Amino acid sequence: MEHNTIKDKAAIVGVGESAYYKRGGSPVPEFGLACQAIINAANDAGIKVTDIDGLASFAMEANEPSRLAGGLGLRELNFCNMAWTGGGGVAAAVANAAAAVACGYARYVAVFRALAQGQTFRFGQGTTGPGMAGLMGFTVPYGLTTPAQKIAMRVRRFMHEHKITQDALAAVSLASYHHAQFNPRAVMYGRPLTREAYDNSRWIVEPFHLYDCCMENDGASAVIVTTAERARDLRQKPAYIMAAAQGSDYRDIHDSENVPDFPSANYKHLSRRLYEMAGIEPKDVDVVQSYDHFSGAVVITLAEHGFCHPDELMDFCTLENLTWPNGKLPLNTSGGNLAECYVIGMQLVNEAARQVRGDSTCQVKDAEISMMISGSVTTPASNLILHR
Amino acid sequence: MATETSGSQYYLPEALPPPHPAPDGRDLEFWEALKRHQIVVQRCNSCGNLQMEPEWLCHKCLSFDRGWQQVEGKGRIYSWVRIWHPVPAALKPACPFVVVLVELPQANNLRIAGNLLGDPQQPIEIGAPVEAVFEDHREKGYTLLQWRLAR
Ligand SMILES: [Zn+2]
Repeated sequence: MEHNTIKDKAAIVGVGESAYYKRGGSPVPEFGLACQAIINAANDAGIKVTDIDGLASFAMEANEPSRLAGGLGLRELNFCNMAWTGGGGVAAAVANAAAAVACGYARYVAVFRALAQGQTFRFGQGTTGPGMAGLMGFTVPYGLTTPAQKIAMRVRRFMHEHKITQDALAAVSLASYHHAQFNPRAVMYGRPLTREAYDNSRWIVEPFHLYDCCMENDGASAVIVTTAERARDLRQKPAYIMAAAQGSDYRDIHDSENVPDFPSANYKHLSRRLYEMAGIEPKDVDVVQSYDHFSGAVVITLAEHGFCHPDELMDFCTLENLTWPNGKLPLNTSGGNLAECYVIGMQLVNEAARQVRGDSTCQVKDAEISMMISGSVTTPASNLILHR
Repeated sequence: MATETSGSQYYLPEALPPPHPAPDGRDLEFWEALKRHQIVVQRCNSCGNLQMEPEWLCHKCLSFDRGWQQVEGKGRIYSWVRIWHPVPAALKPACPFVVVLVELPQANNLRIAGNLLGDPQQPIEIGAPVEAVFEDHREKGYTLLQWRLAR
């Protein structure tokens, strides 16, 4: 293990979001949502918006830094950076911001993502443009076009190898909906989900029902990252970055059906690095936000982060275990991608930080260590651990 | 083993973009072979390593000296999905339909995706033996590799 790591050198000191909407519901365009989230995060941190001098994002964020810096009136832009990949880039964007402040490139970096589905790109619509070349040519002509379908292929094989039933997937989905009922920001606030409604919902692609798949939403989320030193003097309790990792394992080629470890969410290598850097074990984690684009991917992800053995998942992945306030490992405590808002997972960082600050709407009692995992199955992926 | 299907028997309507060799030509031979009703896999001329998704070099020994090896159209279902929600929407009349991931024992269990012909609501068993069916789209100049349960 490297001795020179980011551990405890940086912290999340502010969280902010726009209002969250159903797809098409936002009265302002994506750029406006991004600005609202960043302004709210700065206000939460107790800094001036013009103190921000760095911007970091992921997943081909369309609102580019010079327009944002101009729009927000930033006096100087000293760092701007984007992590490769889609939802797998969330924690990586935070990690890049942490590295930037630790190295002195910038003082306050806003990590953000905005999404108004349809204004730039609709993730759920897959890739069906003309002339499918390269890897896409091996799947798209057979109707395998969307992330839901491709990830379902992985999950089906995993379920076969480890005797997983629909119950485990349902528990992940129901946990997100349960937590959303306490969170007024959540798009699904006031819209509880029962197991019966889950079972009766239509198939999108077996083994995913409608409620196993995340929503398409309009919204933006942001956090402010600065050094641990500056963090101590600010308004909020800092959420210290204890560890962060990004990458993929041997030949985990995105969109390939021939990755050596197919029934996987691609975290076996990343989780090992993450725990080593943090110097903790899975049992030390109090609460987890795990990128829930599709429930089945979360099931695999939990096992790959060592919370249980894959063959124990049917006992571990129960609604009881995954829900606040009494569960062993409360999961997606603001409602996640499934029921709070799909901001490509950025909003999970806000929630991970709130949990160690102590102001979540489903606050885990005495939470000290909070994990955020981005992007299951897609690679490169990333993850991070925060502590109070 | 290789049954040719006629235009009226396409498994899916022609609502999807056809396969298209990568612009840099790395997988051209794979698609040309399908038109001849052959399945070929990239084989390294230096170390013999097989890889399904063509690339300019061998990931084992980093040689750029690439060849091709023909494999029989016999495999096993490795995983599967049944698709009910059409994307793009033009696939709606074809839903539900089945995509299988087939592993090819003759090629180190490398995998390839295709549709499983037959009743789309049939029960599907991982491990079931399947055989290749070449689906020619003559007017558009390409052939798809489909699968059916082995007899
Ligand atoms: Zn070789």
